[in-house]
Amino acid sequence: MSGNMNLTLKVWKQKNKDAKGALETYQVKGISPDMSFLEMFDVLNEQLITEGKDPIAFDHDCREGICGMCSMYINGRPHGPVKGVTTCQLHMRSFKDGDTIVVEPWRSAAFPVVKDLAVNRSAFDRVIAAGGFVSVNTGNAKDANNILINKDDADDAFNAAACIGCGACVATCKNGSAMLFVSAKVSQLALLPQGQIEKEARVLNMVNQMDEEGFGACSVTGACEIECPKGISLENIARMNREFIGANATKK
Amino acid sequence: MASSPKLDAKIPQGEIDQKWTKYRSTVHLVNPANKRSLEVIIVGSGLAGASAAASLAEMGYKVKVFCFQDSPRRAHSIAAQGGINAAKNYQNDGDSVYRLFYDTIKGGDYRAREANVHRLSEVSGAIIDQCVAQGVPFAREYGGVLSNRSFGGTQVQRTFYAAGQTGQQLLLGAYSALQRQVGMGAVQLYARHEMLDVVNIDGKCRGIIARDLISGKLERHFGHAVLIASGGYGNVFYLSTNAMGSNVTAAWKAHKKGAFFGNPCYTQIHPTCIPVSGDHQSKLTLMSESLRNDGRIWVPKKAGDTRKPTDIPEEERDYYLERRYPAFGNLVPRDVASRAAKERCDAGFGVGASKLAVYLDFAANMMRYGQIEANKQNLHNPSKEQIRELGRAVVKEKYGNLFDMYKQITGEDPYEVPMRIYPAVHYTMGGLWVDYNLQTTVPGLYALGEANFSDHGANRLGASALMQGLADGYFVIPYTIGDYLSEEIRTKAIPTDHEAFVKAEAEVQERINKLMTIKGTKSVDYFHKQLGKIMWEKCGMARNAEGLKQAISEIQKLREEFWKNVRVTGEANEFNPELEKAGRVADFLELGELMCMDALNRNESCGGHFREEYQTKDGEALRDDDNFAYVAAWENKGNNAWELHKEELKFENIKLAQRNYA
Ligand SMILES: Cc1cc2nc3c(=O)[nH]c(=O)nc-3n(C[C@H](O)[C@H](O)[C@H](O)COP(=O)(O)OP(=O)(O)OC[C@H]3O[C@@H](n4cnc5c(N)ncnc54)[C@H](O)[C@@H]3O)c2cc1C
Ligand code: SF4
Ligand code: FES
Repeated sequence: MSGNMNLTLKVWKQKNKDAKGALETYQVKGISPDMSFLEMFDVLNEQLITEGKDPIAFDHDCREGICGMCSMYINGRPHGPVKGVTTCQLHMRSFKDGDTIVVEPWRSAAFPVVKDLAVNRSAFDRVIAAGGFVSVNTGNAKDANNILINKDDADDAFNAAACIGCGACVATCKNGSAMLFVSAKVSQLALLPQGQIEKEARVLNMVNQMDEEGFGACSVTGACEIECPKGISLENIARMNREFIGANATKK
Repeated sequence: MASSPKLDAKIPQGEIDQKWTKYRSTVHLVNPANKRSLEVIIVGSGLAGASAAASLAEMGYKVKVFCFQDSPRRAHSIAAQGGINAAKNYQNDGDSVYRLFYDTIKGGDYRAREANVHRLSEVSGAIIDQCVAQGVPFAREYGGVLSNRSFGGTQVQRTFYAAGQTGQQLLLGAYSALQRQVGMGAVQLYARHEMLDVVNIDGKCRGIIARDLISGKLERHFGHAVLIASGGYGNVFYLSTNAMGSNVTAAWKAHKKGAFFGNPCYTQIHPTCIPVSGDHQSKLTLMSESLRNDGRIWVPKKAGDTRKPTDIPEEERDYYLERRYPAFGNLVPRDVASRAAKERCDAGFGVGASKLAVYLDFAANMMRYGQIEANKQNLHNPSKEQIRELGRAVVKEKYGNLFDMYKQITGEDPYEVPMRIYPAVHYTMGGLWVDYNLQTTVPGLYALGEANFSDHGANRLGASALMQGLADGYFVIPYTIGDYLSEEIRTKAIPTDHEAFVKAEAEVQERINKLMTIKGTKSVDYFHKQLGKIMWEKCGMARNAEGLKQAISEIQKLREEFWKNVRVTGEANEFNPELEKAGRVADFLELGELMCMDALNRNESCGGHFREEYQTKDGEALRDDDNFAYVAAWENKGNNAWELHKEELKFENIKLAQRNYA
């Protein structure tokens, strides 16, 4: 095969949401520095299948850092040691021959384990369903260039909208807070004229749903911003707090 | 040639630019009260599925949406990079509905249906309006208006974009609209569910069998109509730019239950992808076509030149696209660009370790942009370094995420050295045959988005898939489904203990049991990789009769071995990604054979289908309009046997001509 790195992996195995899990130790050999972290897991799983053992279940799909499906907690950090990348875009050249790597699922009360490293993040979908939209039915729109938007605001909205919904922010937060995720959507729409009409209801409903899903409170440690693979900024949380206070003040 | 009586495309009468307007205003409607008791199942939550689900639910239908990912937002539309076309003519550069229509027909090498393509162009503008209204943050100019860029196969700027993340932003817009309906109770969402069969009753599609991927339980779902919006089947090649889970299963099950499969051999090989780096490779990554706006493609003039690209002087570089196609240059359509790269590499001019790569070089345009910036900022006599820095910032704003991705994957910095790129499987123009209403040959069963065969002929133009997916979902199906559902208002929901549901579920269960009990020696991936190799070598960028015949017999053998010797670990009644993969690969092993049959049948070259026997003396695709101006729609006869039906393509508005981009 293509490489010569040998690694020890300690990987979380858990049969289903109710089972007790534990770390299991595996050895992988012949890993190439050009492989992605998930391709290294492919090698491990192929090996386990050949040995007649149960491969490790993990979530992934696009493998290019955009779908937000991959979610491994690597050596105590969501998406591993490199800043600004998802697990699927982490490459083995970031590790050394002989390393021991500990891999766990996202841990949060709101993200129950499905199996091994896969978790259920549907709480995020429910938060969006509570208000993360502009209420405009198909066919209601006017000509796109009738809405002029200052380029800086458009760029800021885009930067907030770049969130991939991976949940790393929640996984890294000691309180299991989803503030970075929720504030990214609130900010995107608060920055745009299209989002103004529903802005109060939006922030109140989304925050309410966030609390109901069992996400923790935010104590502004900033860990989420550091681990977010898409560079979603803490400014969004500040903006959401302003929106929230404003909305509460005008609540009738 | 006359069309097969089994294929009624239901194209409305009238002038091309009146067909849709008239049809839309006369198609049967379902009144609001009746909509509430009509149920629609949508398989897929990508651009096509999510937009259809939101729109139909807004209209009042009861909708169920299925996707195999853990959230509808993760459908592979999310990965689309470069942009979405629309005939807005915001740039005042002569764009129009007709021009987009013409470019699409020509780009598709005259193998698409005129009426569908014209409709697509007509609704393209409304898509942009809808997305902006939803808050999709498209790129803008300083004056606040929307910005555009160019894509291949056109000479106007009609592509709207959001950096290199257009698909993400469009999908999140559609997903928001969908989630709004979920919140209102109008849509029921079934994430981590895989559709494994359709259920037909008395000749009409009436529901699906789906597997809950967490518990492994099979479920029966009734619908008055079923929409397949399950994406493309490029993963039949194993390596492609598709997501790992992208598959043909939903479309294939529909096909086996009576839906004809259209033009399966039409595959798009995208010219600009990151080359394969080793046999561990699990997928290929696209570098958006938008990069061809500013990147120049070249190889050394000397075969086997091993100098570093930056050491090769200008006059020793062959900008072969600019040389061969001066009118379109680096922006020729994808099929043309891919074949040209293959031609250079086959002739020994390839670069990089594998020699299967060409350069995509931004240096010249980085300097050009830098100079413009320097002028803007009134810098007098800026140094070369300063200009480079300024240019770098411009390029970063346009393509930053793509450059980062390239660096992450290859370990090389594309701001400093040219990218190495090579063609890779990207998109499938083929898919379920549909009529003008997007209905398959099974009444009540529809196909939308990449899953259908409809609008792109033998080659899709860049930035047109997002347009088509959203056109289908937002602006076509909401009207055309009325034609069918208006006749169904008296049909009560059929209880799922009906024998047809019971039988379909039992068949799905039996197949799962079979997969679980083979307990062979080789992994699912082993078979998938073998299949991919056969397909890439013999049914890829260039095909010939001999190779296709070999491929067919090799696939048959591989399929036989699969069913004797595959090893699927774990249990059926748990979360089991290996079992999911096994089912998908089993379907690919059938589809692959049909693709080769279709390619073998089509004794001409057109668009992405290049038969080596049929080329001009310059190596361009040579069509045979007298014998092949038809859609090949294949009927499944069971046991891997198929019957070919032809839908004649009539070109009444655009004259058939040899494509010319020179
Ligand atoms: C890397 C990349 C870049 C691209 N860039 C562009 C671009 O810039 N411009 C452009 O126009 N086009 C682009 N394309 C093409 C375009 O993105 C796709 O053709 C389009 O998004 C497909 O949308 P869809 O809704 O048909 O399918 P998808 O988005 O693929 O969605 C398929 C859905 O079906 C579901 N599904 C599949 N099978 C099953 C099953 N059996 N059971 C249940 N659910 C199932 C999935 O869960 C998913 O929700 C790009 C494609 C790729 C791969
Ligand atoms: S804010 Fe960042 S870490 Fe959190 S879900 Fe979004 S992309 Fe992931
Ligand atoms: S697999 Fe899609 S972001 Fe990692």
